[in-house]
Amino acid sequence: MPQVTLSVNGKSHTVEVEGRTLLVELLRERLRLTGTHVGCDTSQCGACVVHIDGESVKSCTILALQADGTQVTTIEGLAKPDGTLHPMQEAFREYHALQCGFCTPGMVMAAIDLVQKHPAGLSEKEIREGLEGNLCRCTGYHNIVKAIAAAQDVMHGRRSELARAEAAE
Amino acid sequence: MYDFAYHKPTSVADAVKLLAADPDARPISGGHTLLPALKHRLNKPSSVVDLSGIAELKGIRREGDRIVIGAMAKHKEIAESAEVQAAIPALAKMAGSIGDIQVRNRGTIGGSVANNDPAADYPAAVLALGATVVTSKRRIAADEFFQGMFTTALQPDELLVAIEFPVPQRAGYAKMRNPASRYVMAGAFVAKIADGVRVAINGAGPGVFRQKAMEAALSANWSPDAVANIKQPADGLNSDIHGSAEYRAHLVTVMAKRAVADAG
Amino acid sequence: MNVVAPFEGIGVSVKRKEDLRFLSGRGQYTDDIVRPGQTYAYILRSPHAHARINRIDTAAAQASPGVVAVYTGADLAAIGGLPCGWQIHNKDGSPMAEPKHPVLAEGKVRHVGDPVAVVIADSRERAKDAAETILVDYEVLPAAATMQAALAPGAPAIHDGIAGNLCYDWHIGDKAVNDAAFAAAAKVVTFETTNNRLVPNAMEPRAAIGDYDTTTGEHTLFTTSQNPHVIRLLMGAFVLQIPESKLRVVAPDVGGGFGSKIYHYAEEAIVTWAAARLGRPVKWTADRSESFMSDAHGRDHVTKASLALDANGKILALRVHTQANMGAYLSTFAPCVPTYLYATLLAGVYTTPTIYCEVKAVFTNTVPVDAYRGAGRPEATFLLERLMDVAAKETGIDRVELRRRNFIPADAFPYQTPVALQYDSGDYQSTLDEALATADWAGFEARRAEAARRGKLRGIGVSTYLEACGIAPSAVVGSLGARAGLYEVGTIRVHPTGSVTVLTGAHSHGQGHETTFAQLVSDRLGVPVAQVDVVHGDTAKIPFGMGTYGSRSLAVGGSAMFKAMDKIIAKGKKIAAHLMEASVDDVEFDRGTFRVAGTDKTKSLGEIALTAYVPHNYPIEEIEPGLDETAFYDPKNFTYPGGCHIAEVEIDPDTGRVAVVQFTAVDDVGRVINPMIVEGQVQGGVAQGIGQALLEHAVYDTNGQLLSGSMMDYTMPRADDLPNVGVATHTTLCTHNPLGVKGCGEVGAIGSPPAVINAVVDALRDYGVSHVEMPATPDRIWGIINAGRKMAAE
Repeated sequence: MPQVTLSVNGKSHTVEVEGRTLLVELLRERLRLTGTHVGCDTSQCGACVVHIDGESVKSCTILALQADGTQVTTIEGLAKPDGTLHPMQEAFREYHALQCGFCTPGMVMAAIDLVQKHPAGLSEKEIREGLEGNLCRCTGYHNIVKAIAAAQDVMHGRRSELARAEAAE
Repeated sequence: MYDFAYHKPTSVADAVKLLAADPDARPISGGHTLLPALKHRLNKPSSVVDLSGIAELKGIRREGDRIVIGAMAKHKEIAESAEVQAAIPALAKMAGSIGDIQVRNRGTIGGSVANNDPAADYPAAVLALGATVVTSKRRIAADEFFQGMFTTALQPDELLVAIEFPVPQRAGYAKMRNPASRYVMAGAFVAKIADGVRVAINGAGPGVFRQKAMEAALSANWSPDAVANIKQPADGLNSDIHGSAEYRAHLVTVMAKRAVADAG
Repeated sequence: MNVVAPFEGIGVSVKRKEDLRFLSGRGQYTDDIVRPGQTYAYILRSPHAHARINRIDTAAAQASPGVVAVYTGADLAAIGGLPCGWQIHNKDGSPMAEPKHPVLAEGKVRHVGDPVAVVIADSRERAKDAAETILVDYEVLPAAATMQAALAPGAPAIHDGIAGNLCYDWHIGDKAVNDAAFAAAAKVVTFETTNNRLVPNAMEPRAAIGDYDTTTGEHTLFTTSQNPHVIRLLMGAFVLQIPESKLRVVAPDVGGGFGSKIYHYAEEAIVTWAAARLGRPVKWTADRSESFMSDAHGRDHVTKASLALDANGKILALRVHTQANMGAYLSTFAPCVPTYLYATLLAGVYTTPTIYCEVKAVFTNTVPVDAYRGAGRPEATFLLERLMDVAAKETGIDRVELRRRNFIPADAFPYQTPVALQYDSGDYQSTLDEALATADWAGFEARRAEAARRGKLRGIGVSTYLEACGIAPSAVVGSLGARAGLYEVGTIRVHPTGSVTVLTGAHSHGQGHETTFAQLVSDRLGVPVAQVDVVHGDTAKIPFGMGTYGSRSLAVGGSAMFKAMDKIIAKGKKIAAHLMEASVDDVEFDRGTFRVAGTDKTKSLGEIALTAYVPHNYPIEEIEPGLDETAFYDPKNFTYPGGCHIAEVEIDPDTGRVAVVQFTAVDDVGRVINPMIVEGQVQGGVAQGIGQALLEHAVYDTNGQLLSGSMMDYTMPRADDLPNVGVATHTTLCTHNPLGVKGCGEVGAIGSPPAVINAVVDALRDYGVSHVEMPATPDRIWGIINAGRKMAAE
């Protein structure tokens, strides 16, 4: 059986896989990182989004073997070891941007890439358009959009903490 | 998904060898069309040939009055390319409008053009700009390359290597997305190049096609108004739960108008 | 030092306790669970809408690599069919037709996706590999894919012995009185509409794991359910004959339900049964494609209605004829949706004196249809609120004014409708006024003119709605055909050091119960939210429960907790009286403190709890040790949230695309416990409402193939399809539950679709349009505009 070697959340793994094994299957079933979810089979819902070498990808649409030699980050790898949340995670909590939580890991990973790709900042419309690849059935996206808008300021160093964003409102 | 052998060659020659040796081998680039099809078991390749390790297929460069884009250039790279933005902004904008961020981070122009999905974006740019498709064997003019729904001039053991786009005087693109899939329901790419005006329509028909009446009208008068009253016949256009052939025919005119406005 | 803890009780937007695990990837959904030695089930489903099965050959599959077992309907013939939980009676008093719903097809398949066989293997893909080798000899039969086809003379009989594919022919109201009112009317308005069929598409696909302990004989089912006890009851008693004591059902974190995870599905029975037979755990997880063809769908009504008005626009009578699609089999609660969750809502917020409604429920060769996100009430609201706009147009009375003239006045409660329900409270003028002001209704024409200058058609629409939820008084629903009680159960367990565990029969799959319920306890018992843990979703831990649907968790489940807290407080008072040497009648309790009235003698809840568990100085003759109380709460009535939704849309006339540019919701959901969560619930519901109005449609072709069978063709609302949704609340308290709460889970999906379509029709007012069917897709809108232009040109 072919082998894949990759780093996941900073830890190196070498795993035997089938040719057909998807990256998401490797993560969920072999490495037991079940925070990455599968919500569709047409590459549309985005519940499976992880980062490969810093960019968001749908892990259900990548063969595990295609990820050989890459650095993968999943939702489990976002917070600091002491438990401090990533600003995007923190904003999702602050703005009630999640309900059932199923789309949330993919949504957070996609949102981080979206914000990183736009250092000048995103408008509400751009955030909405930027979420094309992520479906949520619970929230109506309203609070997700608000959370991302708040998190981008923190991520780009324009606000040191969310509380200041709140205070400014 | 059926299981398959996986190969990751590092040269076009090796890739072609693998494809030639196995009639059931399939190349994979971004994989965003192939893998969903495999997941639904619509396809049973015995091996999959990953093209991502082949340096020759990568890169975007300007060569004189042409922009040459390697087959493995990702949508994101084309959208962000300074060369493409300067020379063919409509192409950069198109690339930035394909699918979602994750698709753009993985999907490649070569994969899209070789697949020739009637609802894909790039074929309209390739056809309207009169681009040349460079393969492992030959150079193919866009007009000869696209041969209808999911069909191209490519042979099974022939690999798409690059696409050469002539830098146009003007070019613009507009599309209406399918509300569900977000693929193209009807789109128009208009271009004024050295050879004249070319208009390619995607999404609406079973394959990308040139709209000659609009080309003639725009040759005489390059303005949105010139195409505003040119009606696309509905005969032969796609019809489904998202839009009738008549609706798509109407959209062709609307999108052509918008594409000309977009081109400026 | 005396540190005053922040108040975290009723009315505070406490951040959710559950978020940390979901945001860290630590949620545990059914498919995340791995049992030792687990096997994987794949269900082979019918590709045909209607076919006889002549033979199934599984020999090759049995021999396929990794396969553990292959079963077909013949193997499961001894077990029961999937039961239906509600029996409706026909006009003549006879019971509805209730055909067997086999777990695996028995001799015939009746919809695309009907389970035919199950393959169990050591991996999902190998199970699929093997399933492809199963040879099924189908004799394809003509299909009845629509109600029209199913009711046509000579239609294919979907079930043997059920004439005309009719499940029931039901009615409500006094026809003679209704006819007389119509005969006397100054104006009669008629209206026809199809309420579009929806696919629930909770983001987590359904999954189930069966496990069996050969030493104890205990079965465990992990399942994506909104109501594990209901599944235990239905599957244990009716399908597999397993006593409750030997059947544990666990619904762990569940990724959205919206109704679709209420029902007992075949896969749950299959994995439970197979796990016992094989002595190995069996897991099944749906692909999204399977969800489309196996999760119960929603809506799908065809309705003709007439409204009788007097010369002043007062409604005299309403008459409704509805056909409701049941699909191929009766899903768990399907029969009650178009009857008691629909027809009883047809008074809406209006003083309609007489209502007559007939409902024909029809079997078709499609996926079963059941309650979905609002269930019956969105259909009733859409009908009424479109009818009001049509009536306004035909009578020339302003649409807002027509509504005002017919509102049930705020001082008329309790209000008895002619269709069985008695509303306890509401204030429809106020929610309307507030919404009109917030949405700047008065300034609309200027915005329309401005949009016209940009080439856009702008419209505004209003919907004043009401719904019945807080499901439900057991005796009432029992008399209407429910085969279950609909009370809820709550346990308040005060631990020796004063922290609290709440056990609830409600189930949270996005609603934030772990936070809201903790706030209820914090508010009353004064325990910090962080020290209140809410446990749900496991029949081995929770005494009993009926689950979460019909916006019932707080109104019914919360009230059960309230009653359990009553018992805690009553017992605590006895202990406190003993400790403080006072009479029980003199002990007061307020937020964690027991006090002898008029003195400064106090005991904290923590002290009382410790005493209860360490009963050294304790009235042991009178009361038992411990501080742990359970209450069953059976509601006295439904609750009646209501309010006003206003949508503003812009249409691009070139493409027909409709954009909702502004949305205002002012809802009366009763007392609000956590405003942040309530707003989120409403926003999500409105997104579904906009989705139904503009995007979503499950379409079958005439052969019964689902054309919108994946997210490539079924339009799921995305972020850029939706606007910001402004939410406000205007509260009148529910009068019959102790919390004064009504429910907020469904109001968004119920109130919003007609607001959107009314806005679309308004935007198209120059095109001679009186109605636009849902979904108002670009293609459909362009067709209307194009026809309007052609008419204008002729």
